[in-house]
Amino acid sequence: MTGTPIRLEGCRKTFANGTVALHSLDLDIRPGETLAILGPSGCGKTTTLRLIAGLERPDSGRVLFGEQDVTALPIERRDVGMVFQNYALFPNLDVAGNIAYGLKIRGVAKARRQARCAELLELVGLKDLGRRSIHELSGGQRQRVALARALAPQPRVLLLDEPLAALDAQLRERLRSELDQLLRHLGITAVFVTHDQGEAMALGHRILVMEQGSMAQLASPQAIYQQPASAFVAGFVGNLNAFPVLERSPCGLKVMGGELPWSTGEFPDILYCRPEHLRVATGNGHLHGRLVAQFFQGAHSRLLVDIGAQQPVLVDCAEASLCQVGDAIALSASPRHLFQLPSFGEVRP
Amino acid sequence: MSSLAHPALATPRRHWRLPPAATLALVPALAVLVAFWLLPLARLIALGSERRDGGATAYWQVLSSAQYLSSLAQTCALAVAVTAAALLVGAVVGCFLARQRFFGRSTLVALLTFPLAFPGVVVGFLVILLGGRQGLSASLGMSLFGQRWVFAYSLIGLFVGYLYFSIPRVILTVMAACETLDSSLEEAARSLGASHWRVVVDVIVPGLAPALVSCGAICFATAMGAFGTAFTLGTQLNVTPVAIYNTFTNYANFAMAAALSVVLGAMTWAVLLLARRLIRQTGATL
Amino acid sequence: MKRTPLFYGQLLFVLLVCAFMLVPVLMSLLAGLTRNYFQGVMASGMTLDWLNQVWTAYADTIWLSLRLAFACALCVTVIGVPAAYALVRMNNRFSRAFEELMVLPVAMPGLASALALLLTYGQLGGFRSSWLFILVGHVIFTLPFLVRPVMAVMQRQHLPILEEAAASLGAGPLRRFFSVVVPNSRAGILAGVLMVVTLSLGEFNLTWMLHTPMTKTLPVGLADSYASARLEVASAYTVIFLLLIVPLLIALQAVSNHLSRGDRR
Repeated sequence: MTGTPIRLEGCRKTFANGTVALHSLDLDIRPGETLAILGPSGCGKTTTLRLIAGLERPDSGRVLFGEQDVTALPIERRDVGMVFQNYALFPNLDVAGNIAYGLKIRGVAKARRQARCAELLELVGLKDLGRRSIHELSGGQRQRVALARALAPQPRVLLLDEPLAALDAQLRERLRSELDQLLRHLGITAVFVTHDQGEAMALGHRILVMEQGSMAQLASPQAIYQQPASAFVAGFVGNLNAFPVLERSPCGLKVMGGELPWSTGEFPDILYCRPEHLRVATGNGHLHGRLVAQFFQGAHSRLLVDIGAQQPVLVDCAEASLCQVGDAIALSASPRHLFQLPSFGEVRP
Repeated sequence: MSSLAHPALATPRRHWRLPPAATLALVPALAVLVAFWLLPLARLIALGSERRDGGATAYWQVLSSAQYLSSLAQTCALAVAVTAAALLVGAVVGCFLARQRFFGRSTLVALLTFPLAFPGVVVGFLVILLGGRQGLSASLGMSLFGQRWVFAYSLIGLFVGYLYFSIPRVILTVMAACETLDSSLEEAARSLGASHWRVVVDVIVPGLAPALVSCGAICFATAMGAFGTAFTLGTQLNVTPVAIYNTFTNYANFAMAAALSVVLGAMTWAVLLLARRLIRQTGATL
Repeated sequence: MKRTPLFYGQLLFVLLVCAFMLVPVLMSLLAGLTRNYFQGVMASGMTLDWLNQVWTAYADTIWLSLRLAFACALCVTVIGVPAAYALVRMNNRFSRAFEELMVLPVAMPGLASALALLLTYGQLGGFRSSWLFILVGHVIFTLPFLVRPVMAVMQRQHLPILEEAAASLGAGPLRRFFSVVVPNSRAGILAGVLMVVTLSLGEFNLTWMLHTPMTKTLPVGLADSYASARLEVASAYTVIFLLLIVPLLIALQAVSNHLSRGDRR
């Protein structure tokens, strides 16, 4: 399957009760790309997906698949494949019946339908389960059937609405990597909506972060994480420490609890640093404070350090720290991990 | 804690014996039902199987008489026809009212469902108003074609009457069932290319099927046992409830009436049981 | 929202069905108030005479029906609410069997139940000729229509948990029933009672077989008038019946809306 590029031009959507779901949205999705739409609830991500699918029509603006303007086409004529949040499998059909449904609609001959069905069952790892009733399937198996069903008619575009949200953590991890391999193998243009930033970063070639009906940033996962466009994006994707700057000092900037190294001539209002880039210093450090809490989380430990500011500083270290709660602690940071952000917004630690 | 000392709460949840008071609460209802329904019914069944005058039992007489069998068949056919028509009309109306929103919708719903509580006799009277000798269709036929269209006193009139109180029941049931339909199933079908009619056939009808089956069974049972409407429209109509009434009142043949009503009841109950079995089988689709 | 031709087609169909339901009722209303139906309203004018005539002739049937309905509601509540409570708590094979038994008088033809009652208790002269005989039939027929809604409400309110809390505070079974169970099932009881009253007022199949000339209910009187009286009188009588029933139905609708709104919370 070769990918189809998708394009949204100036799409607006307001709901009947007056809430604006989307302010004018312009979006270019490259052929064969997997785009993750990420954001908190109410940001407009599901509306965007439904606009692309054809389940909603924009109040103004256009939706194009390649060169074709599909704005006026309802979903049943757009040739998209959609995987729903709760899978929406037809309870009156067995697994094979569900997968073959789209083919049946298109009038594909029975033999060909059965062959394609077997092909897809193999692809999603559910060989020989064609005759099963959908009630006998586990959550992970249902998800795969939903995927197979959407892919059977070879759609131009694959759309997924929070595909892994209904699964438990371990299953989610496993299916995440399987989905990733599948999408890369197929080369189809895929758009999926999620509120899980880990999922967005793992599966997406690019991430569209949305905030209250507008685009906050559209970039690769690395760019979003390392060069967030705003405080909102920075706070939503990963954790962030904010250090309001008090005054200049000879080798850097004075903040609450110490001094941070800063070399350029600029004088930012706030300096930001991610928790995993702060280190517990053995001797003297840039910041001094007291260890308030410690959480062992398996792969890393999270420390909360009180430096006298409103909120404690978050530090992620790879091993459990040797300090006890209440001890004095010193932190150090490298200048290249400190950054400033263009807009002034609330940062969630 | 005092709750742990409470004997009823001390045992594990699964074997929690209910306080005897709860079972006792059932006794009055049980007593009334047994005394005034179960025992009398048993006697009724027994009456039909008594051998009279050294001849056949009343049951045998019923089952071997062409007249009674034909009236049973006719009653059954009428009930089936009413059920089918009511399901069709009621489903279309119910779906429409449940899924669309427009001005005056709730008024329409109220108007369509209040005939549910009309007794059969009143419905019979309304049918006479519609299709009797002085009725609407008679005047209409007179003015259009110079011939009165009188249908009230025939099986057609009975059909119309039964339809009158069956349609509201189906509408209410379908409306309630539509609320529980999962819209993501319809969206999924549409995403796979299904047109509006295919969505109706492949998703909506299977989704409504259990409600339609159970409602259809109730409509059938009601139509089988309905008496008031037939009584108002004339006792010459050959339906079994009327036959039972005639046998009892005019011929004072208690045993025959008993046998007929038991046979009628058994048929009705069998259909209800079948419907419930069907629903439970496809219960997985709910 | 775009309205398709399909929408208008369906709307038309629905309106036709509505007309089918409504037109005869309106005709009956009109006939009961017309001086001479055969001549029509325009020619003969409107009058309340027929309503008066009905009242003088059939007033006792109306009173009897009201008395029956009230007594029926009372009896059904007294035996039905505890029964619903027991069924909700027991929730085993026996309770399910009881539910089956309870529903049978409704599923089976009313004639059968009436005949059975006549056969078994018809000999008891005093009982047979009193209105209590009809009451029994009504109670048997309407019982499930109270028990079902009350059961539904009890289950929704998680009654077992509330009862456990009351028991942990020292309340005995009877006290729990009257202070926790009944107050929390009020809405279901109300819906059930309205339904029972409506059904009792309109019950004919059983009542026709069980009545005597001394104990005629409203539907029985209606059947008489349909057979023998003038169309106008029969219509007026029907109008009075509708006047009784329709407010009850409206109240029933309002209560069940209130209940289902609580469901969606």
